[in-house]
Amino acid sequence: MSTATIEAVCPECDAAVRFDRSPLNGQVARCADCGAELEVTSLSPLTLELAPEVEEDWGE
Amino acid sequence: MRIALTYTRLRVEERLLLDAFAAIGVEAVPVDLREAVFDLDSPGDWAGYDMVVDRSVSLTSSLTSVRILEGHGIRCMNPARAIEACSDKLMTSIALARAGVAQPRVLVGTSAESGLAAVEGIGYPAVLKPTVGSWGRLVARVNDRDAAEAVIEHRDTLGSVGQGVFYVQEHIDKPGRDIRVFVVGGEPIAAIARASAHWVTNTARGAKASGLEVTEELGGLCRRAAAAVGADVVAVDVLECPRRGYLVNELNHSMEFRNSIDTTGVDIPGRVARHAVRVAEAARSGEAVSA
Repeated sequence: MSTATIEAVCPECDAAVRFDRSPLNGQVARCADCGAELEVTSLSPLTLELAPEVEEDWGE
Repeated sequence: MRIALTYTRLRVEERLLLDAFAAIGVEAVPVDLREAVFDLDSPGDWAGYDMVVDRSVSLTSSLTSVRILEGHGIRCMNPARAIEACSDKLMTSIALARAGVAQPRVLVGTSAESGLAAVEGIGYPAVLKPTVGSWGRLVARVNDRDAAEAVIEHRDTLGSVGQGVFYVQEHIDKPGRDIRVFVVGGEPIAAIARASAHWVTNTARGAKASGLEVTEELGGLCRRAAAAVGADVVAVDVLECPRRGYLVNELNHSMEFRNSIDTTGVDIPGRVARHAVRVAEAARSGEAVSA
């Protein structure tokens, strides 16, 4: 596992989104600049997309 | 030992669980259910796992995968019957009633007319809940007949087929908070109180959590609730009724716990991981570990 800071670009505001450890596919993250909820959709290259809104069958 | 942790969205909880497995030297492989294709005739790669820890946020994916994998003889945590019993409030109430676990009174109708009659039978205020749903969504408190007629007409006209079941619950005049107890392997390991000025005391809706001691009375009730639905790991939501004492309100089969670890001082993911290993070892040796 890498200890270096890993960065990707927020698709909403173009700010850098930093991960302090290697992200996993499907991981959710929040952009510190604009607050958008994001999802890791690719690891190579590291790509973020806006996470889907809550869907009807989601829950605990 | 090799465990699959299935998910549709990798939240903080799933990462904490993966870390907890790593900390005890167990290989836990995150598997994205959105990419999985299941073969009913063959387990394929799934045969390489000693068990599956289901953490899907999507109930559809959760139930579909667990039902199929159990069909292949793979132990899943939670089992399908527990997910079925927890995810549908009517199924939960039936299981609790059969086990004699105290809960708010529930009346059910399957038409707009019988739904309204159910509300009138409960009296005002009454709580109308969709049988499937989470985080307090579409839960409605109705204070009079006008409100009841409006909510029922909206559900009847605009809702999906599932909204046609009118699940009406007695409103409990709780003391501005409810209680959540985390039960792992039949043991109540931690509890929080969730306080809110709003009658829906759900942290997803802004309620504030604080740690709470699990008394014998509270722990015993939650142990019996978890057993009633057959869950290995479950969060039991409890209401404090001024007249009847503790009542089980809901059970959550895929509980969120990120904000309850520091609050309670209990290593919830660590306890879940260790219980999963016990379940997997028992599954491998053909024994049963009671949920």
